[in-house]
Amino acid sequence: MTDLSLPRGISVQRIGAMILRYWYLLMSSWPRLLELLYWPALQVITWGFIQYYIAENSNFFARAGGTLIGAVILWDILFRGQLGFSISFLEEMWSRNIGNLMMSPLRPIEFLLSLMVMSLIRLAIGIIPMTVLALVMFHFNVYALGLPLIAFFCNLIFTSWSVGIFVSGLVLRNGLGAESIVWTLMFAILPLACVYYPVSVLPAWLQAIAWVLPPTYVFEGMRALLIERTFRIDLMLDALAINAVLLGASFWAFLALLRSAKKNGSLLSGGE
Amino acid sequence: MTENGKASSRPTVAERSSSAAIAVDHLVKIYKQTRAVDDISFSLPRGSITGLLGGNGAGKTTTIAMIMGLVLPTSGRVQVLGHGMPEESASVLGRMNFESPYVDMPMRLTVRQNLTVFGKLYAVKNLSERIAELADDLDLTEFIDRANGKLSAGQKTRVALAKALINRPELLLLDEPTASLDPDTADWVRAHLERYRRDNNATILLASHNMLEVERLCDRVIIMKRGRIEDDDTPEAIMARYNRTTLEEVFLDVARGRVNGAKEAAR
Repeated sequence: MTDLSLPRGISVQRIGAMILRYWYLLMSSWPRLLELLYWPALQVITWGFIQYYIAENSNFFARAGGTLIGAVILWDILFRGQLGFSISFLEEMWSRNIGNLMMSPLRPIEFLLSLMVMSLIRLAIGIIPMTVLALVMFHFNVYALGLPLIAFFCNLIFTSWSVGIFVSGLVLRNGLGAESIVWTLMFAILPLACVYYPVSVLPAWLQAIAWVLPPTYVFEGMRALLIERTFRIDLMLDALAINAVLLGASFWAFLALLRSAKKNGSLLSGGE
Repeated sequence: MTENGKASSRPTVAERSSSAAIAVDHLVKIYKQTRAVDDISFSLPRGSITGLLGGNGAGKTTTIAMIMGLVLPTSGRVQVLGHGMPEESASVLGRMNFESPYVDMPMRLTVRQNLTVFGKLYAVKNLSERIAELADDLDLTEFIDRANGKLSAGQKTRVALAKALINRPELLLLDEPTASLDPDTADWVRAHLERYRRDNNATILLASHNMLEVERLCDRVIIMKRGRIEDDDTPEAIMARYNRTTLEEVFLDVARGRVNGAKEAAR
């Protein structure tokens, strides 16, 4: 078998091996597959009915049809993207396989790239049925957003990977005792990213913090598109620039935490 | 070079290091207040089997982990197959492998799926044939399509050994390779390791509490206690030095601090 290598020694074959490993796992466990579908479906049904109710009682929401349900779908891309990344990583910790991987020729960047691909696969399994459900039940077609949807998606997925890389590093360094961070950190972003309300609602000092987060730009962009019918490309470019910094910083943090884990021997214990 | 300018017949430290499978030089590992490994040095020639002996907390696992690059030393150097670890690990990780009770293989994946994934990670050529060969050698055929989590302890150990041999490693690091195995399976694993070393001129370093295993397999023994090397020689020479007939008796002498008395009695 020939080792397919990209420049700088990144091996497509090793990345493919890791994707294959996670694919085998997904296919061997129907609860894992069901979970991917269950929560997004529940979210869209709940928020779809809330959107209906509010639209009946508010002229603004009647005009801005889809802002809530659109926000839910985009939030799920952000949240499930990070979970898709982090759960694949946690599978290695839960199965005590991380030592095998660290001792193999797999490089940290290849490991992270395989986790990114898996987050896209897991996201597709959960989100595509969610969008179909939104279309069928609530007549909200997220794909009608057109090209801006690609800009929203890319910015959200980049942020989700940054958070995923960072929390994976924390778990690597501190063991499974730090696992709860994986499930909760993204919720700290939720109020600041202004998922369901405009940034102007926040006090001025919090607005400054909100504009440091790329998802804030995406949700403001979505509202501009749905309410004012304007695609704010300036917001997307700003988000992209911040995402580039965040991705670089999270990768650096992951390597630093990996080095620290090797210093204190936590790769061997991996436990609490 | 010697003082008169002629090349010495004795290899320099650098030459010894590059020709050795493993060269450990003044290695120290300190965890907070604990000196887990305390200034140890040794060099293992290629094709040798060496046993690392010592009680719990002697520093065996930490030493092996530093050789693998899983733990960073506080000071000192490790060279593996002529490359510094961990800075040159990319050059050697594909040529070595390991088995340890501190790691498992994914439980939900079948034996074949696990070996396929690791075979691809190690870029093994003709992977299907290699897996079939290992299944035949290690008697895995009967359960090769069963999930790893549904295997007995003995079957899991054989699968872990198959993973450790998937890339035909030049260097094999084993931490308690026969722990929790019944005597028959343990003997079978030892026979397989002996055969693998002989057929491939591989270097094996194994940490073990099983003295009979070390006596049978190893042509050299390094005894560790509280992070330091207490003795380092062939099993026969060590037993003679302590005036003992088994390594187990030597182990007890070392563990209970009867080292000087035993050595003096031998003199």
